[in-house]
Amino acid sequence: MNILRYLLEKEFRQIFRDPSILRMIFIMPIIQLIILPQAANYEVKNVKIAIVDHDHSTYSTSMIYKITASGYFILTGINDSHLDAMELVERDHADIILEIPAHFEKDLVKESETEVLMSVNAINGMRANLGASYLSVILRDYNQDVRLKWVQLPRFDEVKRLNITSTNWYNPHMNYKLFMVPGILVILLTMVGAFLAALNIVKEKEIGTIEQINVTPIKKYHFILGKLIPFWMMGMFVLSLGLLVARVFYGIVPLGNIGLLYLFSGCYLIAVLGLGLLISTISQTQQQAMLLAFFLMMIFIMMSGLYTSIDSMPYWAQVVTWFNPVSYFIEVVRMIVLKGSTFRDIQFNLGIILIFAIVLNSWAVFSYKKRN
Amino acid sequence: MITVRVNNISKKYSQNKTEVLALDKISFDVNQGELFAVIGPDGAGKTSLFRILTSLILAEEGIATVDGFDVITQYKEIRKRIGYMPGKFSLYQDLTVEENLNFFASIFHTSIEENYDLIKDIYDQIAPFKDRRAGKLSGGMKQKLALSCALIHRPSILFLDEPTTGVDAISRKEFWEMLKRLKQQGITILVSTPYMDEASLCDRVALLQKGKILSIDTPENIMSQFKNKLWAIKSEEMYPLLLALRSNAFIEQSYPFGEYHHVLTNNEKELALFAQNYNAELKIVDPTIEDCFIALMQNHVNL
Repeated sequence: MNILRYLLEKEFRQIFRDPSILRMIFIMPIIQLIILPQAANYEVKNVKIAIVDHDHSTYSTSMIYKITASGYFILTGINDSHLDAMELVERDHADIILEIPAHFEKDLVKESETEVLMSVNAINGMRANLGASYLSVILRDYNQDVRLKWVQLPRFDEVKRLNITSTNWYNPHMNYKLFMVPGILVILLTMVGAFLAALNIVKEKEIGTIEQINVTPIKKYHFILGKLIPFWMMGMFVLSLGLLVARVFYGIVPLGNIGLLYLFSGCYLIAVLGLGLLISTISQTQQQAMLLAFFLMMIFIMMSGLYTSIDSMPYWAQVVTWFNPVSYFIEVVRMIVLKGSTFRDIQFNLGIILIFAIVLNSWAVFSYKKRN
Repeated sequence: MITVRVNNISKKYSQNKTEVLALDKISFDVNQGELFAVIGPDGAGKTSLFRILTSLILAEEGIATVDGFDVITQYKEIRKRIGYMPGKFSLYQDLTVEENLNFFASIFHTSIEENYDLIKDIYDQIAPFKDRRAGKLSGGMKQKLALSCALIHRPSILFLDEPTTGVDAISRKEFWEMLKRLKQQGITILVSTPYMDEASLCDRVALLQKGKILSIDTPENIMSQFKNKLWAIKSEEMYPLLLALRSNAFIEQSYPFGEYHHVLTNNEKELALFAQNYNAELKIVDPTIEDCFIALMQNHVNL
């Protein structure tokens, strides 16, 4: 047990002397948690719209007012022809063209039916989609208003309609940050656990110190524990720092039991440390480890449900996410922080993470050799 | 008493599907308290041999024992008893001199104080810098620190892999003097080096080339095996002289050596004539250990 103590002592000395590691664990969580949730915002605002008005009537003008007044759109041009408006799109000055035909007002009043054309720049799919649907809602509203104005109210609605209102549970204002901050915290923990640890071990390989250690009677498990424990502690530190930042900057206080969150994080860290150890046994240089880590991290983030919901992925992709430890933790952290879930709710995920921890660590320990 | 026994050891490396034989069935013994050198050019297999003996890599063939323990099955015992100093400086660069030494002492369950007498000579020279980080030391000091760390647990056998490579002439001399003092303490020392002139400082030498041992003997015996007359030749234009020497059939061997070219010949008259033609200075010299090695290596290649 003494040997482990010396190893830990040495490890912590080195960590506290390495400015890049200190920066990683102190500054990275703060910066990422403050900046990323602001930028990673799904709400589409400032959609640029160009309107081609062939009618120039009171009705068309009032419709344009209604669109610009919504706050979602910026009117970037009123053009006379579709071609002119198209040029705006080509120059990226407009995302959507709304074309109002001649006789718009006349048709609306006489035939009580008219058509408008909506052309959407679909290069940015999400923006196009959401912009178009906002616009449709506004047009429908407008239509409703117009009808109310001059159609005699019928005794009963001829067209049967279903009115839908919705409430957002657990995040009533659909505050995007509430949803993103815990997820980003998970990514941070993964980076500290898996990748800092992997780089650290590979560094010993690169410098040759591991060889000097290997000719001593230090046992394999001593060496591995001596590496895992410091990084486990750093991971827990980053978690605490992250929760503090979330509270101070976003006022996010976990609804659920914070002890439960720590319990899960502790197990999760063991799993990702195993992954880090595994990366370090395959890589010979820090560069290799870094590239491998980067590759895995991309997949982990994209397939984790952090940005895009797993439920809307194709089935094969969902199967891939089963093998992504990050996805389980993101689910749990959101459940605990937003929903206040209890142990019963997360026990399945905890079980899976424990399996990850056992499999990854034994695989890593098995392939770590003091000699070859 | 035999401390290190190497019997028919072979090691292969596969590279791009072709196999390179790093060590080819080599055998030798090292006696207790001996200062034994493995001498050979780069790529001869010195480091592979040392890594096998320090239980870091496994040999494909053969048996090796260190202090009576088998390197494959009883490597745990071996690791308690040996000190290993790799060719490349591999201590923790971000720990100080003292911390490095303390760390290696404590993982062997000992302390600096306990074995201070052993490393005193060496450590005293770096003690003024004990709070400096190892990475910031000069080459010679790094080497002294590495030796101290390899010695701190009082090993019975010391493996030094090319300790004098890249070290200046004075430090090299100092280093060999340190080794002699360690030998007096009863420590068996195996040292590898590419410098042939260092051979004369050892008790016995093994000449290793392309994974094979060409000869194992004391430096004196190796020198006495050199029976031929050795000539040294010098002129204004040294390189054309060497080319001319090599193009003549009566010259057995010629190679640059310091400011002269050393020449072995079977026809002294022809050589004298040759020297006259080229207006060169010619004289007989005593062979050094390097001449012996060059002769050995040459013969081996000719075979």
